[in-house]
Order: sequence, then structure tokens, then C-alpha cells
Amino acid sequence: MTRRPAALSLTALSLAMALWLTVPAAAQEEQTTAPFAYRQLDDPAKEQQAQALMETLRCLQCQGQSIADSDAPIAGSMRSLVRERIAAGEQPEAIRGWLIERYGDYVSYAPQLTSLTWPLFALPVVLIGLAALLLRKRFRRGEAR
Amino acid sequence: MSPPVRTKAPAWAIWLPLGLFLAFAALVTIGLLRPADRTVASTLIGKPMPAFALPPALPDRPGLGSADIATGKPHLVNIFASWCIPCRVEAPQLRALAGAGVPIVGISVRDSTEALTGFLKENGDPYQRIGADDDGKVQLALGSSGVPETYVIDGRGVIRYQHIGEIRPEHVAMILAKLQEASQ
Repeated sequence: MTRRPAALSLTALSLAMALWLTVPAAAQEEQTTAPFAYRQLDDPAKEQQAQALMETLRCLQCQGQSIADSDAPIAGSMRSLVRERIAAGEQPEAIRGWLIERYGDYVSYAPQLTSLTWPLFALPVVLIGLAALLLRKRFRRGEAR
Repeated sequence: MSPPVRTKAPAWAIWLPLGLFLAFAALVTIGLLRPADRTVASTLIGKPMPAFALPPALPDRPGLGSADIATGKPHLVNIFASWCIPCRVEAPQLRALAGAGVPIVGISVRDSTEALTGFLKENGDPYQRIGADDDGKVQLALGSSGVPETYVIDGRGVIRYQHIGEIRPEHVAMILAKLQEASQ
């Protein structure tokens, strides 16, 4: 019976901590007033285009998330920017380019082919070529036997 | 038609897997001990500031357009907000810079007039102009990924330097040097 008070106080403590964690921070960032942060485009085809692009753009604040997933205010601004430009008829890759021009490749989850990244794309081709060469030798040897 | 000759692997080859594993382990350890810097810097340094025009954030203060900055004299463009705690930390340094005669203009991001008025009353007001970037578009156009950030813009409107995070007392001399550089 001596254990019960300890267990109770532990429960009380964890409850207090849980409550404390739910108290919102004092300084709340104002949500963005950008019109399309939380509103989809009326044209489903364009919304789909925008959604596909937003899933491949990195939120600058919570960097593990795409702007489609993130609830950070800056991601809201970025979503609205993407949707407004798509609605105006801009191509998704042009919008990606506009962002990369400002934030570098890091803002995009879709890898770009640049002078720095070309080995990543070339290496599989080289490896497949090497494998084909080795296999051909192997098969020749088998035939000869 | 001779049978294939099996060449014997050299003796050191047996250590190769272990060596590769150790090299990999070392790489992981370095990555863990020294995580990569994930600050997203603007890639517009050295390029002209994008054109923009922001409405006034306060009724008694003019708004901010890119034309107001390219006036032949270097400016500091401070991206801030009343909800941003580090902005309070850098406020004394901005006041000192304004006191030294540096023209400072502000872009207040996702803010409200009431909150902004309170913020300026509490923390001082070094701004000649304040543009209201309520939807965050100009912040994105400038390649800024958070608040506070401060840009040094030269007299022709070219971005010369981006300071990410709050300006601490030890940064003031460096900011002044960047402004001096930009005025040449």
C-alpha cells in the first residue's frame, strides 16, 4: 500500500505536465492573410497542379516538411504564392525556378540537374554499364567452357 | 581452350570490408557531431532588390517600395514582426544604428497595426518607413526565410549583405562596415 501515493503523485505530475504543454505560447504569430493559404483553387485541374508542386517544395521554417504538409505561417504564404501563380497560368517548373533563384536548390525536394549534382545522375548509368561489361565477360567464359 | 585461371586475391583484400565499414562509421560520426548548417540564406546577394510596393503598416508612417530604397545612399532593410521575440532582442542595436545616422526601413511580416504600435512603443522605433507585408509575399521575393533578417542595400538598390537572425551588440560594428562597403 505504500506505493499508491507515489503512483498517484506521478499521475498528478504527468497530468500537470500535459496541461502545461497545451498552454499556447504567449507570442502567437499572426496567421498569413494570403488568400490561398488554406483555400483550394476553384479549378480542380489547376488545384491538382498546385498540389503536386507544393508537395515537392520545402517549408523554410519546419524544414522536414513540404509546404503542403506544414502549418507554419510562412508555408501558408508559399502555398498562396504557388496557387495564385498557377491560377494566373504560370508553369509549375517556372514557379519552382523562381523559388530556387531566391533560396537555392534546398527549397526544392525534386533534385535539379546542375554542375554539382550531375554525378548523382551519371553514376547509375556508369554502374549499369560496368555490370553489363562484367556479365558479358562471365557469359563468354561460360560459352567457352 | 585453357580453363579460366583463378587469380588469388591479395592478402590485404580481407581487410577491405572492415576498412569500408570504419570509413562509413567515421563519416556518420562526423555528421552527428557537426550537423550541417540548415540556415537558408538568400541567393540574391549581389543582385538588385526585386521590385515591390508595400502599403503603410501604420497610419502615420509611409509604406515601403523598392524605389524608396535605391536613393543613392545605403539602407538597412529590417524584416521584423511584433510577434517575433528575437526582434525585441535586436531593437536596442537598431536604435543605436539609427542614432548613428543609418537609414533603416522596416518590413513587418504577418502583423497587425495594433500589435505593431504596441511593439514600437515598448521597444523603440528606428524606422523611417514601415511596409506591411501581411501575406508574406515580399518576404518570399527577397529570399528571406524568417524574422528577423536585415539586408544591407546599396544606393543603386543592390542587395549587398543579408544578416539572418537578430543583430546582437557584437554585430553592430560589422553591420556598419558592410554599410561603409556598400557606400563605395
